[in-house]
Amino acid sequence: MSALTNPRARAWLGFALGAVVLFAAAPALLTDFRLSLLAKYLCFAIVAVGIGLAWGRGGLLTLGQGVFFGLGGYAMAMHLKLADAGEGNMPDFMELYGQLDELPSWWAPFANPVFALAATVLLPMLVAFGLGSLVFRRRVRGAYFAILSQALAAAMVILLIGQQGTTGGTNGLTDIEGFFGYDLDDPVNQRMVYFIIAGVLLALLALTRQLMNSRYGELLVAVRDSENRVRFLGYNPANVKLVAYVVAAGMAGLAGALFVPAVGIISPALIGIVPSIEFVIGVAVGGRAALLGPVLGAVAVAWAKTALSERFPGTWTYLQGAMFVLVVAFLPGGLASLWGMVKRRREAAPPAPESTERVLVKEVAA
Amino acid sequence: MLRFHRRRLAACSVALAAALAVSACGSKTGESDSTGGVTADTSGDTVKVGLLNSLSGTMAISEVTVRDAIMLAVEEINAAGGVLGKKIAPVGEDGASDWPTFAEKAEKLIKVDRVAAVFGCWTSASRKAVKPVFEENKALLFYPVQYEGLEQSPYIFYTGATTNQQIVPGLDYLKAQGKKSVYLVGSDYVFPRTANKIIKAYAEANGLKVLGEDYAPLGSTEFGTIVNKVKASKAEAVFNTLNGDSNVAFFKEYKSAGLTAASMPVVSVSIAEEEVKSIGTQYLAGQLTAWNYYQTTTGAANDKFVKAYKAKFGADKPTSDPMEAAYVSVYLWKAMVEKAGSFDVEKVKGASDGITFEAPEGLVTIDGATQHIHKTARIGKIGDDGLITEVWNSGGPVKPDPYLKGYTWAGGLS
Repeated sequence: MSALTNPRARAWLGFALGAVVLFAAAPALLTDFRLSLLAKYLCFAIVAVGIGLAWGRGGLLTLGQGVFFGLGGYAMAMHLKLADAGEGNMPDFMELYGQLDELPSWWAPFANPVFALAATVLLPMLVAFGLGSLVFRRRVRGAYFAILSQALAAAMVILLIGQQGTTGGTNGLTDIEGFFGYDLDDPVNQRMVYFIIAGVLLALLALTRQLMNSRYGELLVAVRDSENRVRFLGYNPANVKLVAYVVAAGMAGLAGALFVPAVGIISPALIGIVPSIEFVIGVAVGGRAALLGPVLGAVAVAWAKTALSERFPGTWTYLQGAMFVLVVAFLPGGLASLWGMVKRRREAAPPAPESTERVLVKEVAA
Repeated sequence: MLRFHRRRLAACSVALAAALAVSACGSKTGESDSTGGVTADTSGDTVKVGLLNSLSGTMAISEVTVRDAIMLAVEEINAAGGVLGKKIAPVGEDGASDWPTFAEKAEKLIKVDRVAAVFGCWTSASRKAVKPVFEENKALLFYPVQYEGLEQSPYIFYTGATTNQQIVPGLDYLKAQGKKSVYLVGSDYVFPRTANKIIKAYAEANGLKVLGEDYAPLGSTEFGTIVNKVKASKAEAVFNTLNGDSNVAFFKEYKSAGLTAASMPVVSVSIAEEEVKSIGTQYLAGQLTAWNYYQTTTGAANDKFVKAYKAKFGADKPTSDPMEAAYVSVYLWKAMVEKAGSFDVEKVKGASDGITFEAPEGLVTIDGATQHIHKTARIGKIGDDGLITEVWNSGGPVKPDPYLKGYTWAGGLS
């Protein structure tokens, strides 16, 4: 009993359980196709972990995570396209749509796998750092921060679509054949990609848990709840928020990078305003403040989207909308609060059922 | 002590996971393809086909009509006894106007439902997203919409027009009308940008001046600036590759700027009968379109198609080119399967060359080499009643040439 109440032991148990579910149960029970869908959901879950930190703990409504997801995704896809084309060749779509004689200079470094991999995480973090330092120092908060994030997402989509010759335009980067030398057509390799994604998710969860439980984590919550009080205590809230924002951006970038081999496409449709909002909806449905809430929410929302649209191709959007409304209206703490609610009910319930008279008396008294 | 155990448990499971991941390494790129694709499930007395269209999102308004036309063909074929004695069982999926969703649903249809063929997709971006899925799994897609050419997947049959069956005839018509200059307006995505590249190459070789080229974001309704630029350019005609709702705003602005079909005609390649209805004939009357089929196209096959469609979906529902191409694609697949005597994808592909069908647009023939079809090009004029009547046609089916190899001016394009 003591082990179950000890938070450290519980966390270890949780991770062990998570590892067994993701690494043993899911691959054993799911077909290749369903497993590749799960890999996609887990990518969204990685984005959600970051949003959980920045929004759930830090109160930053990050409505523009699509930008960072996209930066990571495009960085990875650019490398894979160049690797597919082979040294000295241009990716297929460039020869089709562009009128270029040689590879644009900003593509060239992505031929290097180390540079590309580093860029998938560092590029989004750099952009978040630049934007965050400007915004947080000027004490831009709440709706204004959210609007700014959305504007950035919209701007990035317009930029990508406009540069069809070098970015693939609306099509995005598709038809990716290999992943660092491994053929992505092969189901065994698809499985490998899934394992990598699941491993990254678990590692990031561990990292986020450390961060949340550290002194920094306490400070972040303090900034969320009363920024001015934290400032009066001598801390700089801008820096506290900046760290959460940059970490969340890095996670989104990594998720985007892993999304590319899992799904085989990255396009502006995945990084604009709507997908950015969808990331946040997943977190809200799961419960933004808990560690596992965002993960559960992101996977549940993505899974529900697939399951509902397969079963009811004509009407699934209404069902999905109804689901969001129900969760937000009746479970404001998200799915993660469900367990706590059940527990509280059970503990609060009296040993014997109340008689109807007593209930009536109570109601009248109230 | 207990805690130590739990920690060890966690360590063990992570180690197990790592071992699994490392052992799971499959074939490298460049090795011979060992995966054989998925064979369709044709046991039982039905054969499944996939219908992949957007039923939600911005493209739904267009793609739902295509789904309806495919369903009509399926029902007609089933009523006549099916394909190789099997009834067609359609499995519908929603692409949701989102390209990665198209890829996901295509994979689901192929791997889970094990369909014999898939009919659908509208935008080029959705086709590009599903193309690797069909190629990897060696499954068939029938794509029913006119597109920008420069593509030839071994697992896609293109039943809509390629550029030399729609855009090039449209330009030929303008040239024959004595137009010397043209202004290009399009939505900002792959089809208009590629189409305009082709138009510019044509213009250069044929003494046509391109006085301007403007793109509006997909779904944009802000056309004041673009129309002013068009007006100021004094071009003799406009070539319009705008998509969807943008056309409504564009043509309203066009009319209010005092531009008319007589002074500066607009040739549109994405406005069919369905769109005419939503834009409003008062803005469109007299303007030109380039397609391969109109509801008014004459012939017994079309009379039958229009009558059957209206009986099923409503008398006020028009038929359009993409709907007709989708309807035809199901019949072409049926003919290919029957010629092959099998649902096997490779055999069906092998049987495709030379298959003909008396379609509502007239006789169509599959060109086995390109997997496109021979189609008659038609220029139409939009009437006050919302219908489009033909003012010119190519006189017979035009051989598909997706890479424009037969045109010397197109040499630098692909």
